[in-house]
Amino acid sequence: MLNDIGSATLERGRAVTDAELERKADWIRLQTVELIAQAGLGHYSSTFSSAEIVATLYYHTLRLRPGEPRWPDRDRFLLGKGHVATGLWPVLADLGYYPRDWLKQFGKVGSPLNDHPNMRLAPGIDFSSGSLGHNLSVGTGMALAARLSGHDYRTFVLTGDGELQEGQVWEAVMAASHYKLGNLVAIVDANGFSGSGPTSAAMNIEPLAARFDAFGWLVREIDGHDIPALRQTFGTLPEIESQQPVCVIARTEKGHGVEMMEKQPQAWHLGLLTHEQQADVVAEISGRMR
Amino acid sequence: MTSPTPTPKMVDVFSDIDRDTALKSNPSGYAVTELAAGDPRILTMTADLSNTLAEFREHFPERYVELGIAETNSVSVAAGLAACGYLPYIFSMAPFGVLKCAEQLRTDVDYNHLPVRLVGRLSGLAMGYFGTSHYAVEDIAIARMLANTTVVAPADANSVLSLMRATAGLDGPVYIRIAEAAEQVYDEVPEYGRGQWRHLRQGGDVTLAGHGMGVGLARQAADILQAEHGIEADVYDAAYLKPYDEAAIVATASRTGKVLTIEDHIGTGGLGTIVAETVARHRLTAGLASAALPDTDLEVGVPAELYEHYGLTAGGVVARALQLVQG
Repeated sequence: MLNDIGSATLERGRAVTDAELERKADWIRLQTVELIAQAGLGHYSSTFSSAEIVATLYYHTLRLRPGEPRWPDRDRFLLGKGHVATGLWPVLADLGYYPRDWLKQFGKVGSPLNDHPNMRLAPGIDFSSGSLGHNLSVGTGMALAARLSGHDYRTFVLTGDGELQEGQVWEAVMAASHYKLGNLVAIVDANGFSGSGPTSAAMNIEPLAARFDAFGWLVREIDGHDIPALRQTFGTLPEIESQQPVCVIARTEKGHGVEMMEKQPQAWHLGLLTHEQQADVVAEISGRMR
Repeated sequence: MTSPTPTPKMVDVFSDIDRDTALKSNPSGYAVTELAAGDPRILTMTADLSNTLAEFREHFPERYVELGIAETNSVSVAAGLAACGYLPYIFSMAPFGVLKCAEQLRTDVDYNHLPVRLVGRLSGLAMGYFGTSHYAVEDIAIARMLANTTVVAPADANSVLSLMRATAGLDGPVYIRIAEAAEQVYDEVPEYGRGQWRHLRQGGDVTLAGHGMGVGLARQAADILQAEHGIEADVYDAAYLKPYDEAAIVATASRTGKVLTIEDHIGTGGLGTIVAETVARHRLTAGLASAALPDTDLEVGVPAELYEHYGLTAGGVVARALQLVQG
């Protein structure tokens, strides 16, 4: 069952089929299109590159208790690339963190749900983000806190690949390795593009696997749209006592799942579909979901 | 009567390891060790300032987190720890802790109302001839712009202990600005009401209000003004810079009509600005002056000579007060 609501604990490694997760990823894309239309501007293609990752984490991997968002034993999820929160809001509503009605206020003054997440406003957000490069440090603090307090939760941080150009990220990478934080997982949504163009044309970040490996992390490199691979990777993480933080390099396609955005990922980093374009995009995604 | 001058020595925090964590020599290290004994949530962190926490590390080795020379990371890591229920105290050189990390303090700590405490050692000109990179003279202006952050600048060792105790239980962020060159002001641990200034001396001719090392200077200057010039000064320890004591400012400005602020910070953005804003908002008529640092490129030298150069001595404060009083 995908949508357990209330104070029940959603355990790690929930039973869900690949087809169900694929549908959830496309549903995230559809919801994103709707929310952006409502707000008037938004980050389509970055949200689409991370849709399978978010769907797998929230409907399969993370140990959660939506009825008790601050439950101390929950797995933490930090959205380093905070500009893809639009894809997370419908998921949190779907899981029961807040009423679905809240989505109707998305982007409006006074709404708890905006383009970037705010931990003080939205239940289910473990930390605010928006300023790139901070959240892997914050996640390192949360992983340290788990060890100090004897909790067995894991901390997952989703970063963009452009975000890795921020120097603070590497301070955190160094610290997590120094403190042997086997309870910390960094997921790089390596979609190859930043806001203004190809990531490594602006500042080369490759070879990513070798870089994380050199810093002492355990690296897994996978296709970030391959649901079985995501499930397998997140479902077989080393024990938290393993002494090595894990970096999952998810090779993705910016704009994945919508042909016009796959062809022009940069153009749809931030934008607004016309009514006609939106109808085509919705038809393309919905057609796959039947 | 000659005015006492601050110690000419540079402060060497890296040698704190050779000292015990005594209240006099290392008050912030002493205070956090005392507080940690009563609150298991307290952690300490530094970016290569571990020597300032020698005794803490001896007592609570598992509650000390060293993060190397990476201040920005240390603030965000602290935010993560605080979000999980801990009370992290970051010991940092003030210029790097506040100025380098201004955005992490704002975005990760202040906006999220997290109980991270930043203890800024070596504030103001304390790092003297190391150069202007090591000055923290804009830190108060930055810290007090953060909506949810409490900002305190203790006057001496007993004041550090008092204010660290007073702020330990707060739900939000705290910046504690340590003045290394402060002369002793209090024989015992003073009591501060939250956001309140301590009225150290009553006088009707001119107000002297300072924070950190400025409190000792104000008190010394008040003695000189009375003994040599027959001028009675109203003296305040303005340790609380956010929240600050609006009632005290209104009362003293109304009483004396002349307010001199004393701080090792640039003249804008700190205590001088707090007083000016308050006086203007209440439509008071008062002459204002400051013994502070100019809004220009600063000189480099050992602290005592810099303080002399910029008039941050008892004699310098007396001179500014006389100008203000005599118009």
